[in-house]
Formats: sequence, structure tokens, C-alpha cells
Amino acid sequence: MFYRENGQFKTSYRADQQIFPIAQDRWVILAFIAFAFIGVPMLADEYMFRAILIPFLILALAALGVNILVGYCGQISLGSGAFMAVGAYMAYNTYVRIDGMPVIIALLSGGFFATLVGMFFGIPSLRVKGLYLAVATLAAQFFCDWAFLRIGWFTNNTASGSVSVSNLAVLGWTIDTPVEKYLFCLGFLVVFTLLAKNLVRSAIGREWMAIRDMDVAAAVIGIRPMYAKLSAFAVSSFIIGVAGGLWGFVHLGSWEPAAFSIDRSFQLLFMVIIGGMGSIMGSFFGAAFIVVLPIFLNQFLPAAGALVGVEISTAAVSHTEFMVFGALIVWFLIVEPHGLAKLWSLGKQKLRIWPFPH
Amino acid sequence: MKNACATLATVLALLAPSMSTNAIAQEKQQNFPLLTFRTGPYAPSGSPWANGFVDYFKLANIKGGINGVRIAWEECETGYATDRGVECYERLKGKSGGATVFQTMSTGITLALTERGIADGMPILTPAYGLSESADGEVFKWSFPIGGSHWTSADTQVQYVAQKVGGLDKLKGKRIALLYHDSPYGKEAITVVTARAKMHDFELIAIPVSHPGVDQKAAWLQIRRARPDFVLLWGWGVMNSTALKEAQSTGFPRDHVIGVWPSGSDSDVKEVPGAAGYSAVLMLPGPGFDSAIAKEVREKLHAKGQGSGPKEEVGEALYMRGLMNAMVAVEGVRRAQEKFGKGQVMTPAQARWGYENLQIDDKRLAELGIADVMQPLATTCKDHMGPSAARAYTWNGSKWEVSSDWLHADPAVLNPLIKAAADKYAAEKKLTRRTGADCQS
Repeated sequence: MFYRENGQFKTSYRADQQIFPIAQDRWVILAFIAFAFIGVPMLADEYMFRAILIPFLILALAALGVNILVGYCGQISLGSGAFMAVGAYMAYNTYVRIDGMPVIIALLSGGFFATLVGMFFGIPSLRVKGLYLAVATLAAQFFCDWAFLRIGWFTNNTASGSVSVSNLAVLGWTIDTPVEKYLFCLGFLVVFTLLAKNLVRSAIGREWMAIRDMDVAAAVIGIRPMYAKLSAFAVSSFIIGVAGGLWGFVHLGSWEPAAFSIDRSFQLLFMVIIGGMGSIMGSFFGAAFIVVLPIFLNQFLPAAGALVGVEISTAAVSHTEFMVFGALIVWFLIVEPHGLAKLWSLGKQKLRIWPFPH
Repeated sequence: MKNACATLATVLALLAPSMSTNAIAQEKQQNFPLLTFRTGPYAPSGSPWANGFVDYFKLANIKGGINGVRIAWEECETGYATDRGVECYERLKGKSGGATVFQTMSTGITLALTERGIADGMPILTPAYGLSESADGEVFKWSFPIGGSHWTSADTQVQYVAQKVGGLDKLKGKRIALLYHDSPYGKEAITVVTARAKMHDFELIAIPVSHPGVDQKAAWLQIRRARPDFVLLWGWGVMNSTALKEAQSTGFPRDHVIGVWPSGSDSDVKEVPGAAGYSAVLMLPGPGFDSAIAKEVREKLHAKGQGSGPKEEVGEALYMRGLMNAMVAVEGVRRAQEKFGKGQVMTPAQARWGYENLQIDDKRLAELGIADVMQPLATTCKDHMGPSAARAYTWNGSKWEVSSDWLHADPAVLNPLIKAAADKYAAEKKLTRRTGADCQS
């Protein structure tokens, strides 16, 4: 009814291969992006931007990167936090050590170094698989934690080991208000999403998926495992590295290695699992779930308590937050093991044939 | 993406009612947000600290608030995590008519908030912790490490060691290990202890312990091998008791382990049988079970069932620190009211003036009931820290005993370090030093 596709004929290969072959999808997504760029800056307040939207955008970008590796290529990685750290610290070094370095180039160079590190730690993936690979990538996490804590060069020899950047500007546009930061991150996210989406539906994306589904079979039909796996590591860590740079530069402003601890790696992996492995859309759902839900619970519980006349202490709220959050994760995984993205596509499928299910 | 929008709308819709109820203006009130950590690995340190804060506010309200202005506070749980701290700051800074001042209660959060404080015009109070170079008020207009910083802690700690060996000149040739929490907090110590090591020619071995500090076997093996004369302990939360247990199993004499204020509360030593002899140099208040203010809290709050934590905790070092931190926040506003109008609600900018011109002398300390555990505080436009004094306390197995006179951090050692670090910060951030005219605002 709403999703009437009658009369939408595809007359060329081009039309058939669009990202959104259905016109309604196309319009809704375009309208949504326009809303994100124009509507949200007018509606949201400073708290929404700084505490919810900006972290959401950046972590969604990181989750996108992790999804390429874990969801599309099937290489489980626990080193995502480390790649974020590499991105942040190397972007910082490029930014402060080279005078007049533009912010965007610095962030991309952070991504470049993350790519190198990612490929290096991806080498074991040629031999080991599954959980063993997860343990191997864990090494990246510990190594980077160690390096950024101990090697003074990375932090420009600051006494506290914490680095900070400020006065971000792109071509004369200073990025200091929350709205500007939001738009800056949103720009990155949109560009990288488009890039990632196109990558995963191209030849290389199909190679990754073939490797994920059965690497021996993939090798038999002529896919080079080394090329496919390392390219997945490279693309994924590039995106994660840029996200790390944004996290440090735009969101935190000043950071220490603890901002990219093992917890961050787990968080990103959870985002991908809950959002939906092998789905670009899933990265956004997962990031929203992990970023927004704890903050929401944290504010909702005292309000809910007040409604029934119970005053809940902050410690109790914090504990409940963890319990409810954990329970929700388990519940979602039981109800829909393929993640929130699967729910989304099921819903869409139902809408397409509604109101005549057969 | 569509779903993300829906989530956003839901969150907005659910937050809206809670915001509107808070916006209703009640009687005149001054808001003091609290970034507490009552959960997580540092909760043993965070709980008494937070309880002290809340009890002081309660007590001040019983006594009529700040010249009639009621004190309101709201806690936000950070779990000692920087990103949650930033979220809490953003949440609370504009809530219920706006915050007056933020106390970060964590060095990591301080680093993240320092710049936001400048941008938002929000004073950041970090008595005895925080960013040490922010003592330079000409560069850090909005940061206030009132009464001390980690650097003054480190300096007084070295002085106490010197006292134990019989003078600063006797430090020559000694070997001192610095066992520190590997975070911005712990690393703060290195700068000053290194400077002191150069001055007095003692050898410094810096040994980091990574978060959360429960695994110290390797660190103590290193200590066992290096055989230092003293161990300076810069721990936090569970790291402290673990260090003392390890010291015992390594056979390192506990009276040669010297802690710093985050390592010197009851929760650090109480459950550790071999902790007797361990001493800690506490910047700002030490334990004060018999202080007038502790008695007042027991009488006016706990007797009526309004105390925030367990009654036994009233007077513990970290509890007293909470009281004192809250006291500084309130006294700054009181001072600002003298200039901008008594009985008025102060804006953050007005409160900032108060923190910059704080004068808490002996007389005022006696009125506040903490004269026995504190030394006077005074800040100026140039110096956001003022004089800092610490005293060593030794754990005798059942309670802390004062074991030194007041130790004063040496400005001759610290000022050049502060100046250099502040200049470096100013250059990085492209800030110019404030001039005398700006001090009047």
C-alpha cells in the first residue's frame, strides 16, 4: 500500500544496480539525510549533540569499520579499540608535528597508519581462524595500550600522558560549536557509509563474503585469501582509525589511552553483533543501541522511580543500568540472533506485501 | 537510519517531561552538580568522598544555605570513566537553571573538561588534584586546584621522606621507587619527583601499575630487585590495599612506604593486616573523627537519620575531603555574594570571581569546624592554588596518627615547573596570558 512498487520498471543495468532499487526507499533515505543535515541542527539542543549525537555518529562510523571485517569478511577482531587509538594518536602527531596541517588530512593520515597497523595484525588471519584469530587481534589491543602509555614520542612527551587538540578548522570554517562538530562528523559518516556500501556490493565485497562463508570454497573458485583478508583488514582499520581520530579530536578534545581500552573493542564488537553482522544499516542500529540506551536508562530510571514515589540512589541506578542493559542484549540475541538489522528488513518485507501477506 | 531517528525521537519525548518539571523555578537555589563514582573499581574511594560532599550540602542548608540561598545538588554517576564524566557534565551544566561549578573528582575527567570549562564559562574546581599547571591563573582562567595539586602532593611527599632520613641533604644517594597508577593522575607525580631527584641527587625508579591495579606482582618483583630505600605509593581504589599486601609478601618494610592522599584513607588499610606503619602524606584535610564538623554531622544529620553514608565513615580522610571540597565550592559562592549581592544566586562567572578571590583564614576555618585538619586557603588572579599544606599520617593498625608537622610545598621548586607547563599549554592552545585588567572581572 505505502510500498507500492507497481510501475517501477528497471530499463537499464544501472537502474537495476542502484543501492536502493525501490523509489520509496531512495526518497526516504534522501529525506532522512537531509533531515540529519538541516532538521537536526535546528531541533536538538546542546546536550543532545555533545552527549548523544556526536558519540553516536563517531561510534557508528567505527562500527561500520568493524562490520566490514567481522560481518562481511568473517574475521573476528578484538583489536578495534587499538585501531581507533592508532588513528587518534597518529592523527594527533600529524596534526601537531607538521605546521599548518589541515584537520581532514590529519584524520585521514590517522586512518592510513591504522591501516598499516591493521594489516600487520591481520597477517595471523591467514593462518588462524575464529576464536584463535580473536585472541591474536587481542595482541594488537595490548600492544597499542602499552605503546601509547609508555612511548613518549606518541604523546609529544606530555607529562601526564594525555594529549589534547583544539582550534580545529577546515578551510577557514572553525569547528567549535556542537552543531559544527555534529555536521563535521555527519559529513564523514555519510561519505564513508557510501564508500563502504559501494565496496561491499562490488567484486571485492563479494570476495569478502565468499571468504566469510567458506574460505576453502572461495579459494577453490579463485579468490586469493590473502588479498581478500588483508584488504578487509585494511579497509576496516582505515575506517576505524578515522573514527578514532574523530573520537579524540572532536568528541573528547583531550584523551588518554584509557579512552581506547579493551572495553571499547568489546563495545564495538557488541554493536556489530547486536546491530547485525554483514549489514551497513546494522552498524547504525548497533551504535544507537549501545550509545543511547545506557544514557537513556540512566536518566529514565530515576524519573520512573519518581513516578511511583521511590527515590533511587545514583549507585543503584548505575547497577540497574548494567543489569537492564545486559538483559536486553540477551533478549535481543534470543529473539533475533541476526541483529536489529534483520528485524528492520523483516519489517520492510512485511510492509512491501502489506496488506496482502500472500 | 530511519530507526535511529525513531530512537532519537523516543529519547527526546521521554526526556522532555523530566526537563520541564525541573525548569519550574522554586525558591532561590544554587546548583552544585556532583560527578560521583559510587560504582566500579574505584568505588571504595568514591563513596565516602561523595557522601562527604552531600553531607556538607545538607548541613549548610540546615544552617540557612548561602545567606538564604538554598543549596541544590544532583549526582551523576561516572564510574570514574572519562566519557561518562563528559556526558554527565553536558547533562548537568544547564539543568535546573544551570550549574554553578563542577568538581570533576577525577584527573582524567579534569583533562577532558578543562577546555569545555573555558568554552562554556564554567569554573572547574579540583582541590588537591586535577591538572597541576592549572594553578597558573593567568593561563587557566576557569580552573581552580585550590589548596594544592598532585605536584604539591608529590613535593610534600618527598619532603616527608627527607624528614624521615634527617633532612633534604641526606637524600643524596638514596634510591626511591615511585609506584604509580598508570593514568594521568599517577603520571603527574613523575615531573616533580624527577625535579627533586635532580636537586638532591637521589635515584628515582618509576614503576607504573596499570588500571585497575590488582596485578602488581611484576612491579613488586622489580622493587625487590632494586631494593629502594623508600616506595612512594600513588595508587587509587583497590590498587592501594593490593600494594600494601604485596609489600607485606615481598617483605618490604611498610614504614618505608609513603602514600599520597588518594592512597591514604581507611578503606585502603582497614582490611590489610600488615598495613601498620604505613604512612600517607595527605594534602588538605586528613582524617578528623573529632573535628567539630564531624561531630556536627553526627548530631544534626546522622542522629536524625539523614546521613548519607554509614555513620562510622564520618571523619574518614576521604569523607573529610568530600566535606572540604563542598565547603570550598560553597565558600567561593559566599565570597562572590559579597561582591555581587548577598542572598543572590550567583552565575558561574560570578562564582568564578569568588573562587579567584577566596580567603579562608584560621578564623573562618574555626567557624567551619575544620581548623584542626586544615590550613588556610587563599587564591588570587595569578595563583589559583594558593598556599598548600599537607600532613603525614601513620596507620597504627587501628587508626591514623599524625606523624609530622604541616609540610608546605616549596614554591621555589614548583613555580618554574608550573610556569613552563602553563606556557606550553598556552602555546598549544594559542591562548594569551590574562592581564591585570582581566583580573577585575
